[in-house]
Amino acid sequence: MPTNLSSPLKADVKHLSFFYGTVQALKDITLPIAGNHVTALIGPSGCGKTTYLRCFNRMHDLYPGNRYEGQIVLYPEGINIIDPSVDPLAVRMRIGMVFQKPNPFPKSIYENVAYGLRIRGATQRNQLDEKVEQALRGAALWNEVKDRLHHLAFHLSGGQQQRLCIARALATDPEFLLFDEPCSALDPTATSRVEELLAELKQRVTILIVTHNMQQAARVSDFTAFMYQGQLVEFDTTKTIFTNPANQLTEDYVTGRFG
Amino acid sequence: MRRHLCERSIEASLFLAALASVAITLGIVGVLAYESWGFFQHVPLSEFLTDSQWTPLFSEAHYGILPLVSGTLVTTVVALLVAVPLGTVTAIYVSEYASLSIRETVKPILELLSAVPTVVFGYFALLFVTPLLQRIWPDLPGFNMLSAGLVIGVMIIPYVSSVSEDAMRAVPMLIREGSYAMGASRFQTALRVVVPSALSGIAAAYVLAISRAIGETMVVAIAAGMQPTLTLNPLEPAATLTAYIVQVSLGDLPHGSLGYQTIFAAGLVLLIITLIFNIAGHFLRKRFHHAF
Repeated sequence: MPTNLSSPLKADVKHLSFFYGTVQALKDITLPIAGNHVTALIGPSGCGKTTYLRCFNRMHDLYPGNRYEGQIVLYPEGINIIDPSVDPLAVRMRIGMVFQKPNPFPKSIYENVAYGLRIRGATQRNQLDEKVEQALRGAALWNEVKDRLHHLAFHLSGGQQQRLCIARALATDPEFLLFDEPCSALDPTATSRVEELLAELKQRVTILIVTHNMQQAARVSDFTAFMYQGQLVEFDTTKTIFTNPANQLTEDYVTGRFG
Repeated sequence: MRRHLCERSIEASLFLAALASVAITLGIVGVLAYESWGFFQHVPLSEFLTDSQWTPLFSEAHYGILPLVSGTLVTTVVALLVAVPLGTVTAIYVSEYASLSIRETVKPILELLSAVPTVVFGYFALLFVTPLLQRIWPDLPGFNMLSAGLVIGVMIIPYVSSVSEDAMRAVPMLIREGSYAMGASRFQTALRVVVPSALSGIAAAYVLAISRAIGETMVVAIAAGMQPTLTLNPLEPAATLTAYIVQVSLGDLPHGSLGYQTIFAAGLVLLIITLIFNIAGHFLRKRFHHAF
C-alpha cells in the first residue's frame, strides 16, 4: 500500500466481496481511490477487474441474483454506495462510465451527448447547446463533428464513437469516471488520443480504469492495483508496481511472464 | 460421376421447390390482372376510382370502388388504434420489465390469441362486443365497423407485440447499459434507447399488422354488415373489399360475367394496397436499420 495517497480520497473500498448468484467473483477487496488521479486495475482475464469496476455504478443491480458485501464509501459525503438503501440511479447520476466497446445510441451526435442532460430534465436549448459543445471539446471531438452534430452517431469511426461516449459521460459533470478497457476496440492513433484525454480529465474528475494493456496502465495511471482470481494482490503507485513490486506474482505479471 | 448426378438432381429439386412459390405468386397476380382486364373493358377506370357507389349486382349498376376502400380503411384504422398501442406496450413490458417467469407465461398466452379461429372472433364481435357497445350508443346498428375493427385489433395484438418484442430483445445489452450508466431509469431506457434502436423491427411489426387488418375477412363479413357504403363513420355498417369478395364468391354468378369479374377487380385493389404497405415497410426497415 502506498503510505501516502497525496490527495484526499474520492472513494474508499472496504472489504468488498461480490457474488454472481453463488459464485464469488470478488474476495474481500480493500482499496482506496485517490481523488483527481487515475487508478488503473490490471490483471489477467477473469480476475474480476471489470466486475470490480461495475460495482461502483451498481451495474450489477441490472441483473437478478447478484449480491454485494462490504462497503464502497464515496466522499465527500461518506455514503456507502452499495448499500441497498442507496438508489442506484442516484449513484449513476454522479459516477459515469465508458464501456469496452463504443455504445452510442441510435440518435444524432448532438442527442447522444445531450442524453444525460435530457434525462435529468434539461430542455433549454441554449443551455444544452453549450453543455454539448463543452463536453465534445472535453472529449477532443468538437472540431471533427461540429459541422455535423445532427448526423447519426453510427456514421462516426470507432475511435470517434468512443470519444463520443466519453463526451456523453462528461456532459453531466460527473465526479468520478469508470473506464472499462476503453481502448480495446481502437487502433493505436485513437488509443493515444483517448490516453491524452485521460491525463486532461483527471484535473476535473477521479478516474478508475480497467486495462489489459500494461503499457497503457504505466502511461496513464498514478496508482495501479493488480488483481488475481478475485483478490487484490498488490496496490501501489504505478511507478512502484512497474519497477519494484513487492509481490512475486505482480512482478511476473507486469513483466509478461504470465497472463 | 454418379455422385455428380445425384448432386445435380438435388440442386434441381431444391430449385423447383423454390420456384413453385414464386410461380404460384406470379400465377395469382396473373389471374387477378387478366380477369380485372376483362372488367376494365366494360367499366372505365375513372368511374371505378371516382363513383361513390358500388352496386354491381343491381339493375342500375355502379362500379365505384371507394365504398369498399373506405370500409377497409375504417376497420383497419380502428383495429390499428387498438393493436398498435396495446401491442407496443405489451412488447415493452415483456421485453424490458417482465421477469423470466412472467415472460415465459405471457408469450405463449398471447400467441394463443392468434390461434383462435377468425370465425370465432367474428361471432364474438357480433354477439358480444356490439351489444356491449350498444349500451354506450343505443342507436348503434347491429352490424357496424367499430365492433369489427375493435375485435380485429385485439386479434392482431400478438402480431404487433411478438415481432416488436423480438426486435427489442435483439437490442444489445451494451446499449441498454450505456443508458443505465447515465442514470436513466428503466422507463427512460426503454422509451429513449431501446425503442429507437428497435425501430426497424417495430415498423415491420406494424406493417405486418396493417396487412393483416386489411386482409381480415371473416370478422368484417360477420360483424360489419355487407352493404357497401361510402362513409368514414365507424358507427355505421359497411362492406370491406374482403367482405365483398366473400359475399360474391358465395353467390352463383355465372363464370365470366361482369359481376364475377368485379371480385377480381376488388382483389387487385386489395393486393395493390397491401403491396404498397409492404413496400413502405421495406423502406422503413432500411431507413431505421441499425447494425450493432
